[in-house]
Amino acid sequence: MPAVQETVDRVKRIDVDQYRYGFETLIESDKAPKGLSEQTVKFISEKKNEPAWMLQWRLEAYRRWLTMTEPTWARVDYPKIDFQDLYYYSAPKPKKTISSLDEIDPEILKTYEKLGIPLREVAMLEGVEPKPGEDDPNRRKIAVDAVFDSVSVATTFKAELKKAGVIFMPISEAIREHPELVQKYLGSVVPTSDNYYATLNSAVFSDGSFVYVPPGVRCPMELSTYFRINERNTGQFERTLIIADKGSYVSYLEGCTAPQRDENQLHAAVVELVAHDDAEIKYSTVQNWYPGNSEGKGGIYNFVTKRGDCRGNNSKISWTQVETGSAITWKYPSCILRGDNSRGEFYSIAISNGYQQVDSGTKMIHLGKNTTSRIISKGIAAGKSQNTYRGLVTAHRKATGARNFTACDSLLIGDKCGAHTVPYIEAKNSSATFEHEATTSKISEDVLFYCIQRGLSQEEAVGLVVNGFVKDVLQQLPMEFAVEAQKLISISLEGSVG
Amino acid sequence: MNVAVAKTGKARALSDLFASAEGRLPGSPDVIAVRREAFEAYERLGLPHRRIEEWKYTDLRALVGEVLPLAATPDAAALKRAADAVKAQAIDGARKLVLVDGVFAADLSDAASLGSEATITTLREMLGNAANPAAGDLLRTITTDAVISLNAAMATDGIVLSIAEGVELSAPVQIIHVATAASASAFTRSHVKVGSRARATIIETFVAAGQAGAYQVNDAVVLWVGNEADVAHIRLMDDAADAVNISSQFVTIGANTKLNVFSMTSGAAVSRLQGWITLAGEGSELSVNGVNLLKDAEHGDTTLVVDHAVPNCTSREIFRAVLDDRAHSVFQGRIIVRPDAQKTDGKMMTRALLLSDEAEADNKPELEIFADDVSCGHGATAGALDDSLLFYLKARGLPEKQAQALLIQAFVGEAIEQIADDGLREHVIGIAERWLERRQ
Repeated sequence: MPAVQETVDRVKRIDVDQYRYGFETLIESDKAPKGLSEQTVKFISEKKNEPAWMLQWRLEAYRRWLTMTEPTWARVDYPKIDFQDLYYYSAPKPKKTISSLDEIDPEILKTYEKLGIPLREVAMLEGVEPKPGEDDPNRRKIAVDAVFDSVSVATTFKAELKKAGVIFMPISEAIREHPELVQKYLGSVVPTSDNYYATLNSAVFSDGSFVYVPPGVRCPMELSTYFRINERNTGQFERTLIIADKGSYVSYLEGCTAPQRDENQLHAAVVELVAHDDAEIKYSTVQNWYPGNSEGKGGIYNFVTKRGDCRGNNSKISWTQVETGSAITWKYPSCILRGDNSRGEFYSIAISNGYQQVDSGTKMIHLGKNTTSRIISKGIAAGKSQNTYRGLVTAHRKATGARNFTACDSLLIGDKCGAHTVPYIEAKNSSATFEHEATTSKISEDVLFYCIQRGLSQEEAVGLVVNGFVKDVLQQLPMEFAVEAQKLISISLEGSVG
Repeated sequence: MNVAVAKTGKARALSDLFASAEGRLPGSPDVIAVRREAFEAYERLGLPHRRIEEWKYTDLRALVGEVLPLAATPDAAALKRAADAVKAQAIDGARKLVLVDGVFAADLSDAASLGSEATITTLREMLGNAANPAAGDLLRTITTDAVISLNAAMATDGIVLSIAEGVELSAPVQIIHVATAASASAFTRSHVKVGSRARATIIETFVAAGQAGAYQVNDAVVLWVGNEADVAHIRLMDDAADAVNISSQFVTIGANTKLNVFSMTSGAAVSRLQGWITLAGEGSELSVNGVNLLKDAEHGDTTLVVDHAVPNCTSREIFRAVLDDRAHSVFQGRIIVRPDAQKTDGKMMTRALLLSDEAEADNKPELEIFADDVSCGHGATAGALDDSLLFYLKARGLPEKQAQALLIQAFVGEAIEQIADDGLREHVIGIAERWLERRQ
């Protein structure tokens, strides 16, 4: 029997209309003219007061982009995007320095409130300095670089990070203040010519976060950023660059929500991570952008290029993602395991409901000796959605002793959805050991029966099973995110999860 | 781009080839029209290359380069050499149907001994029958790509075998493809129809006669299995070390049927077996297994699509590849579960054993699932022989190579075990053993 009728009905009923974060903040914004041209690129660069080399870099990317064609290999289906019908830059009007919450635009304040971010945290998000003595030492600290549309509204904990030597700032600022670092690393992991959307991003990226952790430093707090796509028809082009120098450690959290819209919005971000010798980067994402309404109208197009480069020996990069939103997701956080003994990890939960289409996975490219990687992917498809895992594991001829373990499991709820697995496994030397397993199933009747017999309702039982199904991945999330992620999973599957 | 240039040059060479072969290609005018259409499709596409997703790991433009001219009709000397090869390859008790350089050799075959159990004709005969308006359909398939189109255009002969309802074949049928010509191509296409409730074992063997080498084989088999039938299909490919073998299989299975498919690759410089198996009737059990034994710079590709079109079917796939020297194995397996195919149970397991640092194993096991009440899974591994197991055997006095051979035999044994018939299973184990001996 297909997934319990009750479940199917409820999934149908909740649709994705009840998108909790679908609201629009009405604040004036500073927009670039519609469409994409060299002029737009220059406009963005000028707005950001960028040095000449940056403008040159953008223009080169733009010219290359003109020669490229949109990729069509992913298992996603959407009307052709008119790149001339988008705004490529929008920034909230600059505000004066903030010293208390009262000075923050009440509209923005409300946005955060609806997102469920406590006032105290909002104060931090918006850069309000806490009064001395107010600080609770037991509370875990999160430094937030809030990206409100395209410009970082505020950056907190700057002083404390500065003491540790950690540079955490909007990338637009880093371009001005640390040009040597930006020039050295920007585009070194995802080159401007990498792919259609990464090239587009290189030309028009508006803002994003920049992190540099100096040698031997363990970043004293979790770094976090909130992305919100707020302005109608604004393509959001984030650019994030994180560098962990020798022996350092940093954990970065990214959370996303966007208001409800009718037209599809394009989001083409690029994230680059660089880990030097003995360094570790942990990158966690919770993504719940607007997935479109019950007819599959609207929703975000999320075409993201995320890649980490384990450049040094014994380095480690770990990606954890919880994907519940977006109409279309096209995203493959990857690890290039260049250094000997380096390690790459990918933990993912991808939930699709309604008419969502997800084509996501990872690439583990083993180049160094004794490199190891681990992929745990959990896909849950409900409604009329299509959920695809696409992954590549490859060991170069010189990558002796490379090891990979992959497990990708899919769960289907309802008989109108699809779950697909497309792994590519390439072993080019005999000492590489690759193991791959994938399963697709529905929730077992026996398991449900067992739970119900012990007094759980059908919905509670489904919830229990789904939670167990994704547990391996949730455990990888930093505590702050684990709670939010659990909430998201229940919102996304509301009706089928208790 | 150089690809386009290459295509232009080769397309011209091939047009000449088709024009010169056309007089020898059997078929009524209607059939010739189908051939011409297929050839035009091929000309548009050219040989498959790595930019075509299904051929990503088997770039025929790089590996093969060009299609060789059609082999000459075998003369008496060629048939004599073929007879020797047939004698060496014939499986005890099996009825032989022999194709030499793409032409049916009646004298080497036991067609008559099949008696009333089955009817046998040749593709040449069927295509030449102007009274049969559907003859052209024999060259059409549900799926097509460049090599299949080329096969449709150029097929010179093949076996058309029909086993009537309820018949139990008293002995296996063995179709033997023998190549005697060097630097030439053979294009064959066979149709096998197994009626309802029938039981049959079909064996296909590919070999070279004498010194024949550097030839190309392009074969297609269309297998139709009726309701409640029980069929074993075994394919043994041991072509010359510098030959090319591209084979396509199209299998349709009825309801409550048992089909057991096995394929062994132990020859050819470049080979690809591509199969499309459709479960079209409920309650059927499908078992597809294979072993690739590759050495030197051999390239062996198995590409398989198992399509669960109806509910309540089971499919099991077990594949093993053993790679020595600079060998390259490719496995692309896809399980499709159509929206209505509830209660499908599909499993696929593929493993590659790399004996050399220069070998390469590429695996692409795919699941494409549109129904929710299913249980599907795949597993894939690649790696070297387990050192601790080797040590264990060596500690008990076995020399290195022998210890390896024992472990390799156990490794491929998991797939070979799936062959139900004892005699055939032993025969296949023998092939694996000889391959291992050659290694030592």
